[in-house]
Amino acid sequence: MSTTSQQGPVSVPAPRSRTKQRSNFELYSWLFMRISGIVLVFLVLGHLLIMNILDGGVQRINFAFVAGRWSSPFWQIWDLMMLWLAMLHGTNGMRTIINDYAERDQTRFWLKMVLYVASGFIVLLGTLVIFTFDPNIG
Amino acid sequence: MASIPAGTIYRGGQGMWTWVLHRITGVSVFFFLLVHVLDTALVRVSPADYDTVIASYKTPIVNLLEVGLVGAVLYHALNGLRVILIDFWAKGPRYQRQMTWAIGIVWAVLMIPGTFFMLKHTIEAIFGSAS
Repeated sequence: MSTTSQQGPVSVPAPRSRTKQRSNFELYSWLFMRISGIVLVFLVLGHLLIMNILDGGVQRINFAFVAGRWSSPFWQIWDLMMLWLAMLHGTNGMRTIINDYAERDQTRFWLKMVLYVASGFIVLLGTLVIFTFDPNIG
Repeated sequence: MASIPAGTIYRGGQGMWTWVLHRITGVSVFFFLLVHVLDTALVRVSPADYDTVIASYKTPIVNLLEVGLVGAVLYHALNGLRVILIDFWAKGPRYQRQMTWAIGIVWAVLMIPGTFFMLKHTIEAIFGSAS
C-alpha cells in the first residue's frame, strides 16, 4: 500500500461543543473583558494621573495621604471598584493565556488553581483593607 | 520536538504585534497589581511600615520602572479601546490600521508630559533644581 501519492478523504472531527453541554461562559467572559475594560480606562488612568503625575506624584504619598483619601467614601468606592474590576479582568486575562500556552491538562489545571487562589486572596485582602482602614492605627 | 500551540498564532504585521504587546503589558500590570495590593495592605499594619515600603517607590530606579508601568497601562488601555472598536464598530476592522497609528500618537502625546512630571523629582535630585 503506497501512501506517497494517495490523498485520502479529509475528515474533520465534529466540534467538541456539539457533544458537550453548551455553555455561554466564554461569551460572557469575552463581553466582561470589554465592559470592565471601558470602566477601568477611567478608574485606572484617573488613579495613575492623581497618584503618579499630578502635584508631585509618588513623592507625596505616605500614610497620611492615604488616610486623607480614604476619609472620603467617594475614593473608597473608587478604589473598591478598581480593585474588583482590575482583579477580575486580570485574572480572566491570565486564564486565557494559561489556556493558550499550557498544553498539558495537568499543567493547565494547576496553573489556574494557583491563579484563582492568589487572585481570591488579593481581592479579599484588598477589600478588607479598604473597609477596615483605621487612620488612628499605631 | 516542539509542537505548535493551536489557536494562538496569527502571523506578521502590526495586527500581531499589537496583540503580543497587549498580552505582555497585561501580564506585567497584573503582577504589579498583586504586589501593589500587598504594599497598600501595610496601612493596616502600621504607618511606619507603610511609609518605609512606599519610600522605595520614590528611589530613582523604581521611579524609572514607574514610567514603564504607566506606559504599559496606557498602551493596554488605548489598544483595548481599539479592540473594542474593531469588535463593535461596523467600520472598526476597516480602520484598524489607522487606529493603531492613532493610539501610538495618543500614547506619545500623553507619555511625554507624563514622563516629565514623573521623573521631575528624580532629575532634580540628581542634577539639581533648575531654579
